[in-house]
Amino acid sequence: MPVIDVQHQLDTLTLTIVAEFAAPVERVWQIYADPRQLEKIWGPPGYPATVVEHDLTPGGRVHYYMTGPQGEKYPGYWRITAVDEPRSFSFEDGFADQTFTPDPNLPVSRNVYTFAEHDGRTRATYVSTYDSAEGLQKVLEMGIVEGATSAINQIDDLLAA
Amino acid sequence: MTEIDEERADALFHALSDRTRRDIMRRVLAGEHSVSALAAKYDMSFAAVQKHVAVLERAGLLVKRRSGREQLASGDVTAVRSVASMLTELEQIWRGRIARIDELLASDPAPHHQED
Repeated sequence: MPVIDVQHQLDTLTLTIVAEFAAPVERVWQIYADPRQLEKIWGPPGYPATVVEHDLTPGGRVHYYMTGPQGEKYPGYWRITAVDEPRSFSFEDGFADQTFTPDPNLPVSRNVYTFAEHDGRTRATYVSTYDSAEGLQKVLEMGIVEGATSAINQIDDLLAA
Repeated sequence: MTEIDEERADALFHALSDRTRRDIMRRVLAGEHSVSALAAKYDMSFAAVQKHVAVLERAGLLVKRRSGREQLASGDVTAVRSVASMLTELEQIWRGRIARIDELLASDPAPHHQED
């Protein structure tokens, strides 16, 4: 399993996940720098992502939508706030309307992704922060659900704890 | 982990692993609904919806009370909205992405470096 550490900071509504990948930092960076690779990993099963705009530079935007099983579209955007290729980038991730105008009524998360070389592999640290519990709840209600498979995997994790 | 904890975890994850049940939870968290009003929202029998409600109730996510002939269901806000469980749900999304990255990297033909 590539995930090596998970931390939930309840007071700051922050999720930190550390994973290790068997590839160089530059290769992992490519996944985020290449929209065709990014869309392969972003959407959960049954909700494939399509990236329609991709500018991974400070102030740049990434526009994407996920398509649900009934064809419903969930548009989202990233607003890139910092880039230090290939070591880290920061962005706000939020929901948008069909024209990719950010929806101010929907929650935004602040994200920092960091990639560091570790014994020839890449240690990736993902930090995601929400402003309010309501915001976090809304995000989970918006259809980004991994569904049964991950729920079942989670049982295994719990039992192993 | 005790047997009871395991059973509770089973019930909780089983309850939330179904899309209709998650949708029912969204509605009953927003306010109390009669089971018949809920049943009217779905293209399935009253009995099937009642069964979904019962699964959520057993998992402790939803409480029911009787009012005359009506059964009224409401979401247990503390059970569902606990920040811990939300972060856990978010964690699953992330774990999914990480697993997909791992898969994508594993499908690379061979280690190679491209120089510009």
